[in-house]
Amino acid sequence: MKKLLIGNEAVARGLYEGGADLVSSYPGTPSTEITEFLAKYDDSEVKSEWAPNEKVALEVAFGASLAGGRAVCCMKHVGLNVAADPLFTLSYTGVSGGLVICVADDPAMHSSQNEQDSRHYAIAAKLPMLEPADSMESLQFAKAAFDLSEQFDTPVLLRMCTRIAHSQSIAEVGERVQRDKKPYVKQAEKYVMMPGNAKKRHPVVEARMEALAEYAETCPFNRGEYTGDGKIGIITSGTCYQYVREALGDTVSVLKIGMPNPLPKKLIAEFASKVETLYVIEELDPVIETAVKAMGIPVIGKEKFSIIGEFSQTTIAKAFGKETAVGTTADSVIPPRPPMMCAGCPHRGMYYTLAKNKVTVLGDIGCYTLGAVAPLCAVDTTLCMGASVSGVHGFNRVLEGESEGKTVAVIGDSTFMHSGVTGLINVAYNGSNSTVIILDNSITGMTGHQQNPTTGYNIKGDPALKVDLEALCRSIGIGRVRVVDPYDLKACDTALKEELAAKEPSVIISRRPCVLLKTVKAKPALAVDPGKCRSCRRCMTLGCPAISFKGGKAVVDATLCVGCGVCKQLCAFGAFVGGDEA
Amino acid sequence: MSTTSIMIVGVGGQGSLLASKLLGKLLTDEGYDVKVSEVHGMSQRGGSVVTYVRYGDKVYSPVIGEGEADFIVSFEKLEAARHAACLKEGGVIIANTQQIDPMPVITGAAEYPEGVLEELTAKGVKVIGLDALTPAREAGSAKAVNIVLMGVLAKQLPIPAEKWLAAIESTVAPKFVEMNKIAFGKGLEQ
Repeated sequence: MKKLLIGNEAVARGLYEGGADLVSSYPGTPSTEITEFLAKYDDSEVKSEWAPNEKVALEVAFGASLAGGRAVCCMKHVGLNVAADPLFTLSYTGVSGGLVICVADDPAMHSSQNEQDSRHYAIAAKLPMLEPADSMESLQFAKAAFDLSEQFDTPVLLRMCTRIAHSQSIAEVGERVQRDKKPYVKQAEKYVMMPGNAKKRHPVVEARMEALAEYAETCPFNRGEYTGDGKIGIITSGTCYQYVREALGDTVSVLKIGMPNPLPKKLIAEFASKVETLYVIEELDPVIETAVKAMGIPVIGKEKFSIIGEFSQTTIAKAFGKETAVGTTADSVIPPRPPMMCAGCPHRGMYYTLAKNKVTVLGDIGCYTLGAVAPLCAVDTTLCMGASVSGVHGFNRVLEGESEGKTVAVIGDSTFMHSGVTGLINVAYNGSNSTVIILDNSITGMTGHQQNPTTGYNIKGDPALKVDLEALCRSIGIGRVRVVDPYDLKACDTALKEELAAKEPSVIISRRPCVLLKTVKAKPALAVDPGKCRSCRRCMTLGCPAISFKGGKAVVDATLCVGCGVCKQLCAFGAFVGGDEA
Repeated sequence: MSTTSIMIVGVGGQGSLLASKLLGKLLTDEGYDVKVSEVHGMSQRGGSVVTYVRYGDKVYSPVIGEGEADFIVSFEKLEAARHAACLKEGGVIIANTQQIDPMPVITGAAEYPEGVLEELTAKGVKVIGLDALTPAREAGSAKAVNIVLMGVLAKQLPIPAEKWLAAIESTVAPKFVEMNKIAFGKGLEQ
């Protein structure tokens, strides 16, 4: 049956059809939906779980593979950094049941903090990698990846990118393969990676790569398309293949690479010999280009096609000197529309308090990164998952008394579970006088509302064990742990001042569920009494999208306002009326 | 047939994903090759969002570049102007005239430009501007702006209304089907 599927759903379908027994992942745009779609299948077929982070997720998948099941782990590109430790040694142990690791890159950084190219991991960890170019291939490659994994006794990386992961195209849906789990056999020499065993496994890895390189020459993932007059040949992969065909049609020959590691060298040499001028068109780093050049084959690549950002058919057409259309624009200056915290976002009250107190804030990854944008401008750094808590410790260790009373770490509940808790152990253990604020909105927000160990629900939405954040922080050794409601500005201010003044590590849990959760009911909208508004613009410092200034007075957009009442507490003239009067 | 390109633009949270889901279902049922490209994540938090829908006999690229769109359906006035350069010569912009201030306007760092749609019309761009919010509210929800605009788009495409209604039935949650059918009808009447 043919269906219009988003790339990530096609991957999930392919993994399901390929006999996936278990998926364990941590959400991350643009990879999240693979796991969400797998979670729609019953546990009797695919067991699905959110793990606290990608390292845990990959190790769970390893265990499942060891037990003879077909296992899956999905993450965004930076998640693979977290999972890199098990990844590199999994290359040595190999697998029992097929193990597929889906990693989604984000060229142009639609929702990411860097633009790293995951293909380097495949090369560095010596693992095969597949890269589909549309939803049909996403399904087929994902399904085939299990067989490849078991055939070559290796984890297989499936590389997605935003434009494949989040584009819908038509895919033919098939049936799930029926297979029995492989029996578990103890094989210490294969799975206990201490030096004596690992030394014996490394040659196995190298031999496997050679066998895979031979396989790559004739595998179904790579394809030479000899179209055109032979003047121009283009080696390309993934979404770039679509742009090349869109821009240049069948006027050029194309070597479409569906397996970027290991590359099919004979196929490349043969292709190069049949065309006059050879190009490599790939987004991000010159991975294929470097390999082709190392073969001594002249090729045009990054000098014509940027190492930065995404391409499109227009990029390709322009590079080949084709005329491209020019559109009409208005002459008016169009102001940008950056993302922002939602009206009623529980993070806003705490960020307002931090900005008001001129506190240095080491931030973290999530919706609350948006506390960095105007007008709050409350965040000083955002690096990676968990870096706020570890970072504030290092900051305070160097500046000591200069910074300790006016610096905090800010981290969300899910990010704290991911890798903030280890940083907090470090704060307690190494005894810095640091204050950590956990913005607990009871969900993983930015990636689209996934459950996590602090929410009390599992991936299916069924009740699950709920980590008690207060008890956890205390058990680590944090003596001062308190909870505030970020809708209560006075309470936030008091808590912040007291914890910054304390001469010991402290945690403030700023707790209020995400306003977008279906379980959160909006209160009546507020309005401004124009007679009372003195045009002081104090409410405008909140950066609430529901409040604007029209005709010199504040105005509330009743369609956006959820009645959180933070503006009402801020106004010295009582101009905000209505809402929840209680 | 050659490929037709439709852009759906608006502000994160306005329901562009449902509109693209509806179009995708409709065009697939009509037997076209279809590609739809969306953006998830960060920009959905009140930022400028773009969805590309392309259909024809064979579609390669999922994205739309400058001067390539046959139609731009905009859920908000400023967003229509922001993406106008993507419209092909002879293409049509369908724009909800609702104004949603972006944060730089709210904070006073920038001004919301007056008369951007009129400016485009003066330059020879075919713009269908309408208040989609009022008919959406009449249909039962301000959130139905997306489906009202799909009704306006439907008049521009050679696909009969009953096919659209069938696609609504199979993409919208059952309890919202009637409301969205009314909203679609109101778009058709515009």
